[in-house]
Order: sequence, then C-alpha cells, then structure tokens
Amino acid sequence: MKTAQRFSILAAVLALGLGAQSFGASAQEATKLSLTLKDHKFSPAEPTAPAGKPVVIELENQDKTPAEFESKALRVEKIVPGGGKITVQVRALPAGRYRFFDDYHESTTEGFLVTQ
Amino acid sequence: MLGALIIVFREVIEAGLIVGIVLAVTQGLPGSRLVIAAGVLAGIVGASLVAAFAGAIGEALAGIGQEVFNASILLIAVVMLTWHNVWMASHGRELAADVKRVGEAVRAGSRSIFALGIVCAVAVMREGSEVALFMYGLVAAGGSTMTELLIGSLLGLAAGVGVTALTYLGLAAIPQRRLFAVTTALISLLAAGLAAQAVLFLQQAGVLTMLSQTAWNTSAILSDTSLFGRVLHTLIGYSDQPSMLQVVVYAATLAVIVVLTKTVGSRRAPAVKARRAAAG
Repeated sequence: MKTAQRFSILAAVLALGLGAQSFGASAQEATKLSLTLKDHKFSPAEPTAPAGKPVVIELENQDKTPAEFESKALRVEKIVPGGGKITVQVRALPAGRYRFFDDYHESTTEGFLVTQ
Repeated sequence: MLGALIIVFREVIEAGLIVGIVLAVTQGLPGSRLVIAAGVLAGIVGASLVAAFAGAIGEALAGIGQEVFNASILLIAVVMLTWHNVWMASHGRELAADVKRVGEAVRAGSRSIFALGIVCAVAVMREGSEVALFMYGLVAAGGSTMTELLIGSLLGLAAGVGVTALTYLGLAAIPQRRLFAVTTALISLLAAGLAAQAVLFLQQAGVLTMLSQTAWNTSAILSDTSLFGRVLHTLIGYSDQPSMLQVVVYAATLAVIVVLTKTVGSRRAPAVKARRAAAG
C-alpha cells in the first residue's frame, strides 16, 4: 500500500510538471504547407519552412490509389485515401533536410522538408 | 512482386509477433485457441472496415480522427495487457499448480484470455488496415503487374503468419517454470511499447505537444526500419528516434504495471492461498 501511495504522489507531481511545461511553452504560429501527391510524386518535392516553428502539412492525394504518408524524422505516419486530404502536425524542427515518403511506394515516392 | 511482399510482410509481422506471444502465454488454457482465433478474425473484419472507412475516419474530429482512433485502440490493448499481468500475478502460480481449483481458475482465466483475445484483435486491426488499403490500392491501380503484386502481397502475408508460428514455437520451447516469468516480462514490455506508440499518434495529432524533442538518435546503430529493428520495436518498443514524451510514457507504463502487479496482484494471492489451505 505504501509503495502504491508513494508512486501515486510521484505520478501526480510528474503530471503537474508536464502540464506546467506545456503551459509555459509559447503558443507559436505554425507554418502551413500544402503538398499534393499526383502520379506518385510529391509536389513540391522539397518544401521549405522556417526552422524552430511548428509546421502543419496539408496533403492532397490526387491519385486514385491510397498512400501512406510517412516520415521517421518528422514522426508522421498517416494514411491518405485516393482522392483524399489529410493534415499532419509537425513539431518545431532545427534547420535540416527531413525525408518523407509514401510507405506504399517508398523507392519512388519521396520528398524532403527543408527547414532553415 | 518482391516490393509488395516486403511491404505486406513488414506490417504483418508486427501483429504476428503479438499473436505469437499471446498464443504462447495461453498455451494449455482451455478455450484459448478459440478465443485467440476469434480475436484475429475480429481484427481482420475490423481492418477491412477501417480500410473501407479510412476517408471518414481520417476526416473525423477535425482531421485527427485517424490518430485518435489508432491511439485509442492501442491504449485499449495496453489496458488489456496490464490487466492480464495483474491477474496472472494473483492467480498464475496457483493455476499452474492446483488442479482442484480448475473451476474457479477457468472462470477467472477465461476473462484473462478474453482480454488477450482483444489484444490480438487490436494488433491485427492496426496493421491489417494498412495491408488492406495497400492491397486495395494495387487493385485500384490495376495494370499489367497487378496479379504479380497481389501474389507478392499474399506471400508476404504467409511469411508474416510464419513469423507468428516461429514466435509461438520458440516461446513454447521454454521450460514451464521459466515461461511465466518470461511471458510476464514480454507482456510488460509489449504494453509499454504500445503505450509509446499511442503517444506518437497523439503527438502527431497535436493533442500532446509537450516533451516533443528527440530523446536520442540511434538510427546509425540500429534503425527501427531494419528487420531486426522492427522486431525489437514490436517486442520491447524500441525506437531509434523517440520523443522525450514517448520515453517518459514507456517508463511510466512499466512502472505502473510493476506497481499494480506487486500491490493488487500480491494482495489477492495470500487470500487465494488461504482459501486453498482451508479447502485443502
């Protein structure tokens, strides 16, 4: 019982700490980016965005087949059905070149988000 | 064809490993084979539904429906796995030893098996929906290579099922007295890994924004897209570039499971032992 009580207190403190952290973080304006997928090619293939600010990517799939928009570096994995549209939120990133791809056609369908 | 095989195989093994572990954990328990099979079947049906309604799910909740759905079913699996471990802590040893209490054990055990059946359904539905959509995409694209690609997909599926069998056989080879400890540990790590995955989806949805900085980057040492990396990813939740929040939730889930099995689990065990002695 004692261990459970101690753990509950620790968990509550941790939760408060995490909560306080998210309040403290400034609500930043996210950069909006529009991407299209057509004939299994992303357009633009190398979109740019300012570094250090969150990014919101809107992807429109103009192909009839579904795609899985994925990126390890951006931490994104989302299915976009044929003719569909999805929105993904990407955290603020340092300057760099981040690869994204269609998991269903990884070798041919890729792009890079360039932040600077 | 090889491309399609690999894509499908990668998705299927993630569910296959989990089903294999569940099969090993429930071996010898009456009715478990049927419940697990039902769970897998429910998962396949669920996967087809999710694939069919992918558009509607994606647009739900102002565009984050897909992430919330994925995170929710993963968290359901985490709860089921935790519940199973807590139950096993109080009844497991007793189940293994005491044939007389089979009646009570089967009744309580069937609830635990049901929980694991749900875990299988969740795992199959999660990965199955991606496979279903991929294969639907092949059919929708049509073309001369369609048959070849579909065959590749089915081969990938078969290979994934093979991994389930290997996992089960490998675990079933562990001696009985060790098996309990090994599977308890495996289930705890599995639950922590799934919880971290759920966090990833919620971060992607923008529902959780704290602690998003990358905790470490070990992709040069072991990439989680490599075959071994994926296996480790499913089994113990390994990630080569996790966010800080994922690490915290992973550790917290493990801590919660350990605490719950030690407090709730062991509190019930003495009462169960006392009843045994009295009936004795």
